[in-house]
Amino acid sequence: MTEQMVEIKGLTKLYRQGDVEVSALRGVDLQIAKGEFVAIVGPSGSGKSTLFNILGGLTPPTAGTVRLAGRDLLALSEGERTNLRKKTVGFVFQKYNLLPTLTAKENIDIARYIAGVNGETDAQFQETLKFLGLSSRLNHKPRAMSGGEQQRVAIARAIVNHPALLLADEPTGNLDTENSSLVLDLLRDLNRRLHQTIVMITHNPEAAAYADRIVHMRDGRIEPQPALL
Amino acid sequence: MVNQLVIENLKHRPVRTGLSILAIAFSVTLVLTIVGLSDGMLEESRDRARGAGADIVFRSPTASFGTGGGSAPLNQKLVPFLETQPHITMAAGVLIHSLQFPNSLHGIDLERSSRMAGGLRFIDGGPFQQESDIIVDEYYAREKKLKVGSKVALLNRDWTVRGIVESGKLGRMFVQLPVLQDLTSNPGRITQIYLKVDQPSNIAAVVADLKAKQPDYGVNTMEEVLSFFSADKIPQLGIFINVIVGISVAIGFVFVFLSMYTAVLERTREIGILKALGASPGFIVGILLRESLLLAFLGAITGIAFSFGTRYLFLAMIPASMQQKISPEWWPKALLIAMAGALLGTLYPGLKAAKQDAIEALSYD
Repeated sequence: MTEQMVEIKGLTKLYRQGDVEVSALRGVDLQIAKGEFVAIVGPSGSGKSTLFNILGGLTPPTAGTVRLAGRDLLALSEGERTNLRKKTVGFVFQKYNLLPTLTAKENIDIARYIAGVNGETDAQFQETLKFLGLSSRLNHKPRAMSGGEQQRVAIARAIVNHPALLLADEPTGNLDTENSSLVLDLLRDLNRRLHQTIVMITHNPEAAAYADRIVHMRDGRIEPQPALL
Repeated sequence: MVNQLVIENLKHRPVRTGLSILAIAFSVTLVLTIVGLSDGMLEESRDRARGAGADIVFRSPTASFGTGGGSAPLNQKLVPFLETQPHITMAAGVLIHSLQFPNSLHGIDLERSSRMAGGLRFIDGGPFQQESDIIVDEYYAREKKLKVGSKVALLNRDWTVRGIVESGKLGRMFVQLPVLQDLTSNPGRITQIYLKVDQPSNIAAVVADLKAKQPDYGVNTMEEVLSFFSADKIPQLGIFINVIVGISVAIGFVFVFLSMYTAVLERTREIGILKALGASPGFIVGILLRESLLLAFLGAITGIAFSFGTRYLFLAMIPASMQQKISPEWWPKALLIAMAGALLGTLYPGLKAAKQDAIEALSYD
């Protein structure tokens, strides 16, 4: 039987904007297996970013069941969601989101520090750094790096604590075609070599094609898969 | 790692960091200078009183032991009378006339006062020759750029500098006693009388004897007089210093508050990144607190260094009017004052950062 990394049933999320209540997710059901690479696509306002934020523990769900690595996110307190972000989830953002005052190495190290991990990085991560092509750029600050390099540092930071789930939000949104392909290749290789579970949100069908499975969202719901002919 | 982040954050905005350090340094310098001035001026006055060389001071019971006088309550005939008392070997009456704070003009019997003080040591020039002669100490001469032969206008009269003496004995400016008595309409009157006793062991007995014989006058040992030149004995000075400390904390608070508030606004996205990485609100506040404490520490060190600068300036420009002492015992207090201001200033920005929503912060441009 396939081990599930993410199990979502009847997930709803309501936002309050002034006096108006906005329903961002309206009963989402989704299962993601361990080691799976899933792309979530959909137009703006479809709820994919809200789903990303809930899976990342950045915002709590309103109702339904969300189990991530066996933990029920609905039952987590603010502090427990903070702990979830330390080790269970790794983020890759469209704008890289590296700390500008730190070098690439320090940006990676601070993720380990926050997670309470001390000492040198393990051999597997050192190997990954080589694989990401970052070994010679570790002492550079973000401003001295290209977008592609910054995004690779962001990926390294996201996986340094060996998270159960890697969440990528439009990881190629700020990159040119060449760097986009490079980053997507890296994500796919991480998935295949390290069996890293990845959920990637994207507008780009070409990027989505790198995933094992594409989930379509619209109006806060997951659209049914088209029937195979 | 966090310390690295704190240092890099401060280096990232060098102008703001520099201004914050300067502002804290300013408040620390303010405290150290005010305290140093009060300690320095009291100490200098104490040294000059000690430099009189007397064992006992005889005065009016209502006279103060300040740096100046301004009144002449004693009859000069008390001087020969006191000299006839047992164990008293010498008496010297002085008329002290207050000038612009903190200076005063001393009317003295040069021969007696000099003998009691172990001799006024002339750096240049010599004793009085004319009625219009004045002797000044080296600090006053330096402040007023005086040399032997220079003219000084005091009490609506021009004086000629006849001698410049080493500072630390009695006062800064001396004229002949009868001249000052005449000028201030106090003929035959003096402010206080310095007494020399044959043996130190007899001082207490002489004081007791004089108090019994002259109950209407103040009789104090020099040690008692010197103890009055202490900040503890001047309640208003303590209040004044506390006010300055309060102002310094307020200055530190305002600057660190502004610095940290803008830092939090500027770093909204970075705070979001740290939160996304799993940083707790305490971790975020901790970074800001470390930054502000580092600013306070650097500001305090700079402020201490600046206090040496203000001391140099006082010494170079107005050595006779203001003497600033370097008071190392106040350095830890100055550091605490800087840190108190910095911590207060970080409180609100820190809480604002801790409460920041990670999603909103990450979407901040």
